[in-house]
Amino acid sequence: MADLSCKIAGIDSLNPFWLASAPPTDKKYNVVRAFEAGWGGVVWKTLGIDPPVVNVSSRYGAHHDQNRRLLGINNIELISDRPLATNLQEIRECRVEYPDHVIIGSMMAPIEERAWKDLAQQIAESGVHGIELNLGCPHGMCERGMGSAIGQVPEMVEQVTRWVKDAVDIPVFTKLTPNITNILWSAEAALKGGADAVSLINTVNSIISVDLDSMVPEPVVDGKGTHGGYCGSAVKPIALNMVAEIARTPETRDLQISGIGGITTWKDAVEFMALGSNAVQVCTAAMIYGFRVVDDLIDGMSQWMDDKGYTSVEQFTRAAVPQVANWNELNMNYDTKAVINPDNCIECGRCHIACEDTSHQAIAMNVKEDGHREFVVIDEECVGCNLCYHICPVPDCITMEPVPTDKPYMTWPEHPLNTMEQAAE
Amino acid sequence: MTNLQAKQASKSGAMPGGAHASVTGDVDSNFSDLHPAYSTLQAMAESNRCLYCYDAPCVTACPTSIDIPSFIRKISTGNPDGAAKTILSANIMGGTCARACPTEVLCEQACVRNVSEDVAVEIGSLQRFAVDHLMARDELPHPFKRAAATGKQIAVVGAGPAGLSCAHRAAMLGHDVTVFEAKAKPGGLNEYGLAAYKMTHDFAQREVEFLLGIGGIRIEYGKALGRDITLGALRDGYDAVFVGVGLGSSNNLGLPGEAFDGVDDAISFIEQLRQTEPKSDMPVGHNVIVIGGGNTAIDAAVQAKRLGADEVTLVYRRGAEHMSATEFEQELAKINGVIVRYWAKPVAIKANGKLIGMEFEKTELRDGKLVGTGETFDIRADQILKAIGQKIKTDDLAGMEISGGKIVVDDKYQTTAPGIFAGGDCIKSGEDLTVQSVEDGKQAAIAIDAFLKSA
Repeated sequence: MADLSCKIAGIDSLNPFWLASAPPTDKKYNVVRAFEAGWGGVVWKTLGIDPPVVNVSSRYGAHHDQNRRLLGINNIELISDRPLATNLQEIRECRVEYPDHVIIGSMMAPIEERAWKDLAQQIAESGVHGIELNLGCPHGMCERGMGSAIGQVPEMVEQVTRWVKDAVDIPVFTKLTPNITNILWSAEAALKGGADAVSLINTVNSIISVDLDSMVPEPVVDGKGTHGGYCGSAVKPIALNMVAEIARTPETRDLQISGIGGITTWKDAVEFMALGSNAVQVCTAAMIYGFRVVDDLIDGMSQWMDDKGYTSVEQFTRAAVPQVANWNELNMNYDTKAVINPDNCIECGRCHIACEDTSHQAIAMNVKEDGHREFVVIDEECVGCNLCYHICPVPDCITMEPVPTDKPYMTWPEHPLNTMEQAAE
Repeated sequence: MTNLQAKQASKSGAMPGGAHASVTGDVDSNFSDLHPAYSTLQAMAESNRCLYCYDAPCVTACPTSIDIPSFIRKISTGNPDGAAKTILSANIMGGTCARACPTEVLCEQACVRNVSEDVAVEIGSLQRFAVDHLMARDELPHPFKRAAATGKQIAVVGAGPAGLSCAHRAAMLGHDVTVFEAKAKPGGLNEYGLAAYKMTHDFAQREVEFLLGIGGIRIEYGKALGRDITLGALRDGYDAVFVGVGLGSSNNLGLPGEAFDGVDDAISFIEQLRQTEPKSDMPVGHNVIVIGGGNTAIDAAVQAKRLGADEVTLVYRRGAEHMSATEFEQELAKINGVIVRYWAKPVAIKANGKLIGMEFEKTELRDGKLVGTGETFDIRADQILKAIGQKIKTDDLAGMEISGGKIVVDDKYQTTAPGIFAGGDCIKSGEDLTVQSVEDGKQAAIAIDAFLKSA
């Protein structure tokens, strides 16, 4: 079994799987269960200045698929609603009882230097390995000038990061909100403030659904609803892009990244790491299935590493980053065509209707003499868009085959049809 | 049902979809639903197995061309009543067909999931879920509207699936319909001919009541063709006539002793059972022989067993592969403990003051012809049920051509008597199935509408 140990922001971890700061890491009871289940670390639920916040009921909305599988959760729960001293005492106990596991203290405060520094020092004294600055929470706390209200202003991101860096001598993770125009602005600000790493993404601002009987956004709190933070597998693509942008941009690529956003399977985790994450954080998958999901995360990643010949996670961390390009760097002379393997085809017709109605009318449906149907790609019409490949319910029935060409690699800026070429220069 | 499912079912004694298959000591519970109704959760899970095929093979395989992928998608999006309307717009007896159709040789046989996983989407159970959901909502108006009144009067003979389907579609098209039914209740084979565990409670009657909700349909009971009404008089009194009389009489074995007490038509046995409540009041023999190889034979044999017969033997003159009963039905017989003897034909009914059994001669195929081998054996019996087919009663159908025991119709369902149309088991369209009769009735109504408009 491959060695999954990793290091992020100078902190050694048994494996790259931490639980994110959220309801699952609210108290010792949960954290102990998580460590016993195999999680390498936890980011404790965000601590604030006493008196603790008060939460409402209910707190979660859900984005289901039609089979009632959860694609995403939207959450309006605030930060820890327990006294600071209670949380810090439990952190101390966990550190003693589980010395090999990582505990990061997450915190937020109003935009006042003293408040950030005092709280950071108190948390550091509880023995945490590092501090994560919650600058992302997009509901409730932002209305009080915290969370994403700070994270959306790069100058404040830098300021808060610097305050905490000055106050403590343990690694600082600045947690970024995706509810911004350009993730690089806040990442750069965190770097300037001295962050050892950035954690991203926090939840996406969202209304998840409406109760059509009461006409109230869900979750319903006595006849009213509010926007909340969206998480779960549905937000993974948003997170992957933001992680990759930070990892591939010269100004930010030296930042260590704790990847977060819908990680549900070991493959998700590998993708986050291949695009720049040094480790990952998980929340929704655990909330849906329990802490036991870490078993598959560990086992799946390890099996995959053995199959690929990787002996440490560093060997594939950021391995996909060099291949992330701007659109203008793509080869315009590359062409693929869909190929349908009739032996695997179950004749559902989905590729045909998708292409016929919404794409390029490139899949013919022919009725054979025996009454069975065959689906044939019309190469002249196929632009290689991949839609049929993704729609087909049978794996490996449709493949995308590159068309051999002797044409050179040519980007859009070099393309003869690019009339903007000169203007662009 | 695929081979695989049948095998699994016979191993576990349970049928797919939670259907209970084995015989219990409690006769009345033996006649509860063979395939219990889906819960919402089951419907959700199964509807999500549907791939929503385009130009789907299951639609082609359905005699009434129900848009199956569309109705299943509506179930999956939480719109079961919309699903029901999709079903009923193509098949107004979608509730009965969901229960009684041999889906394993129709829609489900064509399901592409068979190719990939060997297990079809349970279309029948999903259809029942949707239709039952809508029919349970008494507060809703009938889902279909009638076109502007045409002033035309249509006579329908027979309130079975073909006749009622024709009546409903004709009423929708704006015509007024009078249905003449020989029996005291409507529904035809839905009420009298389907196995009790396929049509539980009073569903056939509720479905007729629902269907009549369209308006413009009047049923006269106790009006038999030839006895109380004639086709000539109907043709004179109405703008068009539809004949959906089904098949009248059962075929005989042609053996001495056939009138003996204890020798019955399987059809009559099934009819009597359907009308008996509780089912435990229905008499059955200790040792029952069923002759035949169709679904009626299976229905009779399985129900005899479930009524508590000690031994039920189904005897068929050819092999299993020649049976018209579907694989599912054959499997059902075996699971229920019915003894099946192939390659034997009845040669004598044995009685000794009362019925004591039957003598059979073994058969074989010689040069493609079925012949007796000369070797005989006896099976004891105090009840014999004949299920060797039915034939049309031709006496009352004067004036129209009959061929091969069926009324001859053109591609517009018109008989050789102008203005008289026919459909269902009395014509040769597809299989003698409820679903085919519903399609015949629907198409005949559309043809009658065109006929009346062109007149």
